Amino acid sequence: MDRLCTNARPDRLLGLNMMANLTASNVSIGFPLYHSDSRSLKKTILGQASARFGRDNNNRPVVQALHDISFSLNSGDRLGLIGSNGSGKTTLLRVLSGIYQPTGGTLSAKGRMTALLDPGQGMNHQLTGRENIRLRGLYLGLSVSQTQELVKDVEDFSELGHFLDLPVRNYSSGMTIRLAFAMATAFPPEILLMDEWILAGDAVFMEKAKKRVEGMVRHADILVLASHSPSILLEWCNRLLWIENGQIRGDGAPMRILEHYLPSSAFKELAKAEAAP
Amino acid sequence: MTKAAPTMSRNGALRRPVHFHLSADSGWKQRFHLAWADMREGAHLWRLIAVLGFLDIKLKYRGSALGPFWLTISMGVQVGAMAFIYADLFHTDIHSYLPFLCLSIIAWSYLNALVTEGCGCFIQSDAVIKGMRMPFSVHAGRSIVRNTIILAHNVVVIVVVFAIMGVHQSLSSLLALPALGLWLVDGFAFSLFFGALCARFRDVPQIISAIMQIAFFVTPVMWSTTILTGHREALLLIRFNPFYYMLEILRAPLLGTPLSVMTWGWALVISGILIFLSWIAFARTRGRIAFWV
Repeated sequence: MDRLCTNARPDRLLGLNMMANLTASNVSIGFPLYHSDSRSLKKTILGQASARFGRDNNNRPVVQALHDISFSLNSGDRLGLIGSNGSGKTTLLRVLSGIYQPTGGTLSAKGRMTALLDPGQGMNHQLTGRENIRLRGLYLGLSVSQTQELVKDVEDFSELGHFLDLPVRNYSSGMTIRLAFAMATAFPPEILLMDEWILAGDAVFMEKAKKRVEGMVRHADILVLASHSPSILLEWCNRLLWIENGQIRGDGAPMRILEHYLPSSAFKELAKAEAAP
Repeated sequence: MTKAAPTMSRNGALRRPVHFHLSADSGWKQRFHLAWADMREGAHLWRLIAVLGFLDIKLKYRGSALGPFWLTISMGVQVGAMAFIYADLFHTDIHSYLPFLCLSIIAWSYLNALVTEGCGCFIQSDAVIKGMRMPFSVHAGRSIVRNTIILAHNVVVIVVVFAIMGVHQSLSSLLALPALGLWLVDGFAFSLFFGALCARFRDVPQIISAIMQIAFFVTPVMWSTTILTGHREALLLIRFNPFYYMLEILRAPLLGTPLSVMTWGWALVISGILIFLSWIAFARTRGRIAFWV
């Protein structure tokens, strides 16, 4: 049974052949901007009062973080998100992971999903690494024996050794990332969402992480990765989505998108580097 | 078991929903549906809720020799000191006053904690809320579990005081259990309601804690209702005080004082209203909480 556990998916064994899918149709997110002053009760009550003077009640500032985003991902798709700071990449990842309810449009996700949005997520820094893994098991709703499996897998993959018995607040940022990544991918998700912080790992770990993700994707899964690094995106993704000001600027093969996204000199350099392995 | 094992083993997260479908707010039908789904998912994660609440206490006292029993000690000292001063002030017999005060203070501090920490249940968990998809009922449940663990430590003080003062317990004392159950349900409903409200309006927690201060003095916590006999206006303090009914259903069975059916009736009415309002409010705000925290 152990062998069965590590190599095959039960849904496939059962012949269900459930394909992962992630579809966004016309997703919009309007972010209410509550400044420390505009969110107070006083302001709202007074605002109501002044609304009588012909002001719009809904004139609170809203940032349109995402506007009309549509795409569909199927098993095997590895999507890279690219765009300048504040373009909406992280917000999109949060929407995709089901944290924000869209203010417009529809999102549907089919497949077990893990989102690696920030390294410390769901981790309690006062707890030891091992305790955090068990806590993660609970977050995932695992049984006791599954949690043991999780602990063992993370132990092996993260190579943190005896550090696992120290509180996470004593970890270096790289070690925290190892732990977070190992926890997120221990039970291979069918959909993995990652923000760029994952790229802060050291070279050896990055190689290992890449292998793991590749393994996942080979098993027909979906990856969505937000990053600023063209070389990383080229390496990990087979499709790029360029987001600017919360809107899709481009969607297609990585090189084609990067050609427009990058300054021409940078793109030439990249193309040269790609051509000469 | 053996049949289910292969399915469960690899697909570890099967218990969490594999599919979700999120669309823009489209009216009350969808809101209630999503709120109900939130509750159901939260109920599946009961072990997580229990552990989170337990960890809150454990981490707070990690490294301390006595650990959470500091709660017991400080409550014991507080009750002991107050009992002697107030028994003297109110000219009452310490033998009847100490058990009353002890039970009242501990029940009130539990109620107060359920209310004030319920207000902060979402604000406190902002990192988790923004980090992963998680039913909101988990955060409300966590606050309930945490404060119930604190109550359990304080119960030791009640047991000791009752034993020393020879307060007789009978079978009817068990009536305190359904009362405690009602408190838990109310506390949970309140947390969902006010947790969201407080995340949106950051003044509300301050207002609530001010109200709780006043409520402490106008509710018969430190003083018994008998001192109001003959003061008609003052009796209104009790009649229109929801805290009085909630407190009395828990306190009377343990103290062996008479408890009328009407008191329970009012407690149920108050709870019914609270739960109804909370349900509507939670359904309305659930999709926005992640933006507010």
